[in-house]
Amino acid sequence: MRNEMFVEFSSKSENEAFARVTVAAFITQLDPTMDELTEIKTVVSEAVTNAIIHGYNNEPNHKVYIKCVINDGDIELTIKDDGIGISDIDKAREPLYTSKPELERSGMGFTIIENFMDQIEVISSPTQGTTLHLSKQLVKTKTVYS
Amino acid sequence: MGLHSIFDVKEEVLIVRLSGEIDHHGAESLRDKWKDMMYTTPVKHVILNLEEVTFMDSSGLGVVLGRYKEVLQLGGEMVVCSVSPQIKRLFEMSGLFKIVRLEENEAFALETLGVAS
Repeated sequence: MRNEMFVEFSSKSENEAFARVTVAAFITQLDPTMDELTEIKTVVSEAVTNAIIHGYNNEPNHKVYIKCVINDGDIELTIKDDGIGISDIDKAREPLYTSKPELERSGMGFTIIENFMDQIEVISSPTQGTTLHLSKQLVKTKTVYS
Repeated sequence: MGLHSIFDVKEEVLIVRLSGEIDHHGAESLRDKWKDMMYTTPVKHVILNLEEVTFMDSSGLGVVLGRYKEVLQLGGEMVVCSVSPQIKRLFEMSGLFKIVRLEENEAFALETLGVAS
């Protein structure tokens, strides 16, 4: 069964919790394990935080977009901003690298996303914004279908 | 939801008890309060009690790492206790247990720092 949802919201840090809880509520219909739910929530939190802090430099007057498609046990997440973009994607994905050390960022955001998702694609260039395509197959459906 | 913090001082140890969700939104005010406590009280070590924390992401790791550096400058140690399996996994993934000691609960953690509870 295929199902999808789309949300857009202001680039305010208050909405980080809104975003992860919304996506978690949507995927609940797939009956994920608690670990899988936590993983998805963490990934959404990381990606939305990146959009707000890095994409939009903490300016609250922009928009962050999330699309989530579920297809049987597959989850496809698209998280997008129209911000400043990333000039060196490989560098940004390195563990512990942060472009904003003064803000006490741990530099682990992308590493966590990569660990918790099966596939990750980053589309970004300076001034063009950033789009993350992420996918994950839930464990229960993995065993049923493979 | 949100994030709540309670600070307690026992001898040279600052105990930080957190509850709720630690994300970028909550991390900033936590950092300010925590920093303030470290510089206004004569403490050397920090015990971070995460028993009531239901969610944490890399923004939380950033705050912990920031305070770890300050504890190091005070010549002290940072001990984390009562972590959920999810947070434990996050700490393991980021290598935090190489620098921050893990103890089962607050009483144990205090004991290892020489404070009788």
